[in-house]
Amino acid sequence: MNLEGLEMVAVLVVLALFVKVLEQFGLFEPVSLEDSVEDEFELSTVCHRPEGLEQLQEQTKFTRKELQVLYRGFKNECPSGIVNEENFKQIYSQFFPQGDSSTYATFLFNAFDTNHDGSVSFEDFVAGLSVILRGTIDDRLNWAFNLYDLNKDGFITKEEMLDIMKSIYDMMGKYTYPALREEAPREHVESFFQKMDRNKDGVVTIEEFIESCQKDENIMRSMQLFDNVI
Amino acid sequence: MAAGVAAWLPFARAAAIGWMPVANCPMPLAPADKNKRQDELIILNVSGRRFQTWRTTLERYPDTLLGSTEKEFFFNEDTKEYFFDRDPEVFRCVLNFYRTGKLHYPRYECISAYDDELAFYGILPEIIGDCCYEEYKDRKRENAERLMDDNDSENNQESLPSLSFRQTMWRAFENPHTSTLALVFYYVTGFFIAVSVITNVVETVPCGTVPGNKELPCGERYAVAFFCLDTACVMIFTVEYLLRLFAAPSRYRFIRSVMSIIDVVAIMPYYIGLVMTNNEDVSGAFVTLRVFRVFRIFKFSRHSQGLRILGYTLKSCASELGFLLFSLTMAIIIFATVMFYAEKGSSASKFTSIPASFWYTIVTMTTLGYGDMVPKTIAGKIFGSICSLSGVLVIALPVPVIVSNFSRIYHQNQRADKRRAQKKARLARIRVAKTGSSNAYLHSKRNGLLNEALELTGSPEDEHLTKTTSLIESQHHHLLHCLEKTTNHEFIDEQMFEQNCMESSMQNYPSTRSPSLSSHPGLTTSCCSRRSKKTTHLPNSNLPATRLRSMQELSTIHIQGSEQPSLTTSRSSLNLKADDVLRPNCKGSQITTAIISIPTPPALTPEGESRPPPSSPGSTTNIPPIGSNIVKVSAL
Repeated sequence: MNLEGLEMVAVLVVLALFVKVLEQFGLFEPVSLEDSVEDEFELSTVCHRPEGLEQLQEQTKFTRKELQVLYRGFKNECPSGIVNEENFKQIYSQFFPQGDSSTYATFLFNAFDTNHDGSVSFEDFVAGLSVILRGTIDDRLNWAFNLYDLNKDGFITKEEMLDIMKSIYDMMGKYTYPALREEAPREHVESFFQKMDRNKDGVVTIEEFIESCQKDENIMRSMQLFDNVI
Repeated sequence: MAAGVAAWLPFARAAAIGWMPVANCPMPLAPADKNKRQDELIILNVSGRRFQTWRTTLERYPDTLLGSTEKEFFFNEDTKEYFFDRDPEVFRCVLNFYRTGKLHYPRYECISAYDDELAFYGILPEIIGDCCYEEYKDRKRENAERLMDDNDSENNQESLPSLSFRQTMWRAFENPHTSTLALVFYYVTGFFIAVSVITNVVETVPCGTVPGNKELPCGERYAVAFFCLDTACVMIFTVEYLLRLFAAPSRYRFIRSVMSIIDVVAIMPYYIGLVMTNNEDVSGAFVTLRVFRVFRIFKFSRHSQGLRILGYTLKSCASELGFLLFSLTMAIIIFATVMFYAEKGSSASKFTSIPASFWYTIVTMTTLGYGDMVPKTIAGKIFGSICSLSGVLVIALPVPVIVSNFSRIYHQNQRADKRRAQKKARLARIRVAKTGSSNAYLHSKRNGLLNEALELTGSPEDEHLTKTTSLIESQHHHLLHCLEKTTNHEFIDEQMFEQNCMESSMQNYPSTRSPSLSSHPGLTTSCCSRRSKKTTHLPNSNLPATRLRSMQELSTIHIQGSEQPSLTTSRSSLNLKADDVLRPNCKGSQITTAIISIPTPPALTPEGESRPPPSSPGSTTNIPPIGSNIVKVSAL
């Protein structure tokens, strides 16, 4: 039989339909590559449980009741026990409806995620909060330096600072008074470096940072704001 | 800000540490947390079911009842909990809203009950989560439609006397059951529509032959007769259209409505034909125009609700129909192309071009299968069979959607009709209940007075009789009593009132009318003053006693109005309105409460005597000597 063109196609279609019918009868088990996707799902629903309350009490400076309140709020928002970056950004963005807080949230996430495993567990969360809210002024300044130092090399460069500054200004959104100008972050970075960079070498080290902050009244006073947050 | 993340606010504030070193100006002061009390559990007792939650959970939404200080009104000091006398099932959803930030709508709950609860707790229904919002909106829409339906039919049945001629005409057109004239008009137009459609059909039937062996359609054989019939019908339709146009409340909107367009299209061909009879060139177009006469059949949709429902369904399923059309078109083009190329090889095939194959594809997909075009090659046959199988599927898919829409609308209409039919019975039952309650008042007045009278005489063994009515009832009756006192009128029931009106209309005293009118005020004042005098020198409790006595003799109210006709109208209006038992509605009447004393119970206070002769028993036909102006009020 001389099969040509469309006849070939027709025969192929018939064969395909035949195979489908066999599948229906269960005589033909096709090899499916879709099982692996389901395994992935299993992993993400694993729960993470924090260490006991006593251990957390030792590790942080919170009282038992404070830890309880914190955990309840944490668990409400993240039932699985850990926050990943997406979640974190989404939670933080609810506090800043006008602007775009995702970049700053990423920096925060990296600062909280001390072991850099891509997720913030309750221990990380509460450890960070303990430093900010119950630590000494120097601890807090240290923590802030850690936040600014994006690549964690011990130096804040102008580019890192510019990124941070832009992310902060992004949170303001479009509708500000006076209107945001393009150069505003850069100017702000310049003034920051003026103040902080003692030896004018273009980077700010931790010692320069702490020293300059301790000399600044405003910064010292604002650091004390965190005493009554919780 | 969602409630759930309110718990993360401390974290957000802590994260602000990143801004501090960068800031150039000092930060504002933080708000002081005045009562930094520890988070406490509060108990919410809802009809016996106890719910417990943290105080801060409730404070997440400060503009609701539970989140504000409004809940303090419900605080029960003895049990130290907040007690709400509401439905605990719905409260579960409300409390979950506070906990999770999402408000859900349970399907088993009645929509209006749910709305009431939400209104009580001060929660806007708009924040229902996406998961339940569709359901909520659907139910709400159904409810609103039903209410609107009820209101519409109510409005239709009210007889508003102040409609203008135009408005009455419009109502007659829209609702033929309002008057017999409208009904006649309705049937006449219906008849003529039928006649017109039948003539159009019969016109084309062959009606016998003419010498020359040519079959002649009836239309040409009896041309004059058909023309007359057509003229008559068009006359009627034109008149009807003009009348509707005149009566329409908004002419512009009427002109744009579908029914009026159908009317115009139905009668236009006739007029155009009148104008164009002599022109041979456009006779072809003239013939085309005659096709439009068939649109007259759509005029029947005013007469048939089923047709209207069908039209409405098709309109509401427009998107499904569009989808059906689109998918069919796609499938037709695909299969036509394939068939054309498959059959290209075979000799003498009818598949001369792709458009020519369209016909085969349509006929096959709709499973008609005329057989005027059949594929001959193997490939053609294979693809042809696939075409017919897929045709069945493509057409079968959107049809259930249309059917379910039609079914829903049809059932809605059925329910509306049934509701309207049962409405009369329902209203009658409600009226009985209402009169029952007002009769309860009148009844208990009697009993109450009796009880009070007995109390006065100091018969302690009868005291238990006073407890027959509940506290609420007695307070309600006291309220009605105060109203009576305020207005100087009294409540009686319907039959009494009608009786009195009838009697007073029968008692016609035209001769004494003028003096009666002049002395009316005097009489009134004297009566009232006497009555009020009675209240001043007698303790109040005695007055009811005397009234009671008069009541026992069943004296009636003679309410004499200055104009008799008003009595009849007011009486008839009483008949119509069910709730008019409470207030005697005669116009222009002055009701004086002349208390006719009946000396039957001897031991009661003697001063209860009122003006007319005390000795005469207060029968209904007791005509007091002073004339017709006495208004005797039965102390019901």
